[in-house]
Amino acid sequence: MEGAALLGRLTWQLADVLDVVVENARVKTLALDVPEWPGHKTGQHVDVRLTAEDGYRAERSYSIASAPSGTRIELTVECLEDGEVSPYLSDELRPGDKLELRGPVGGYFVWEPALGGPVLLVGGGSGVVPLMAMIRERAAAGSDVDMRLLYSSRSWDDVIYRDELGRLAGRGLTVAHTLTRSQPDGWNGYARRVDAEMLTDVGPASGDRPHVYVCGPTPLVEAVAATLVELGHEPQRIKTERFGPTGG
Amino acid sequence: MDALTLDGNAVAGLLHEVFGTEMTVATGTCGSCGASGQIGAVHVFRSAGVVLRCSWCGNVLAKIVRQEMQACVDLSGLSGLAYVHHTGA
Repeated sequence: MEGAALLGRLTWQLADVLDVVVENARVKTLALDVPEWPGHKTGQHVDVRLTAEDGYRAERSYSIASAPSGTRIELTVECLEDGEVSPYLSDELRPGDKLELRGPVGGYFVWEPALGGPVLLVGGGSGVVPLMAMIRERAAAGSDVDMRLLYSSRSWDDVIYRDELGRLAGRGLTVAHTLTRSQPDGWNGYARRVDAEMLTDVGPASGDRPHVYVCGPTPLVEAVAATLVELGHEPQRIKTERFGPTGG
Repeated sequence: MDALTLDGNAVAGLLHEVFGTEMTVATGTCGSCGASGQIGAVHVFRSAGVVLRCSWCGNVLAKIVRQEMQACVDLSGLSGLAYVHHTGA
């Protein structure tokens, strides 16, 4: 029994920072090697813990951005100006540094190819991170599941993973952007907040019973989930994840 | 809706620590309105501790305060909590 209890324990471990990649002005991706990493499902999180010299500790939960790949994981971090943890992660960490984390955690907001489709992903801002893990997993598995991403950003420069999403689109993956504050010249995509008409355009229809994942700031998540229910989607098939300032 | 609201996903690690297993897929039943749902979907507020509230009626389902060596857990707002205790890897 004692051994069984230990297996279920969630233990802190030290990850090695392999690389720090700039995604845009406020967002960076940390590539980490976690020696004891047991593998993860896309949509799961890790808890990151920072300890100050005086012993003060701050913990935050971050979605894993990468598909499962051995002991390597990637976290994409948006730097919040008054955050306790994110400024350190995005501005101070360098390759070769260590970072304390535990995980993976969470089983509610997860997708794996065996779950099938169709799949509707709706993301706002850095809420795209766990959705990107699902898109990457689909690509890595060679899956042809019908997957559609509706991604709301303030401007084209704020779009995270922009080039990679462009490369992966096609072969059953649809990527639709909406830019809510400013749009580049000649923009012919959506230019407003996610609404019923947009969700109907992007689909899949509620009758196709898609698995739906919505991740972003609380107002976006609440509005999108309510609209999807109005459009006839089953509440149990709509998984939501809210990003709040305490994610900082 | 308060923009500070998170959901059960954000405290998956803390819940795992307290219960010894993955809890966001556990099913909780609200002791006030009787709604049942997965813990990943309940509303979470963080201050000195963590407060889980029913996403339907707002009833406080659980309060968790963790200090260095102990955790104080109040589950009096739940009439039920069903979960699988995974003992293997």
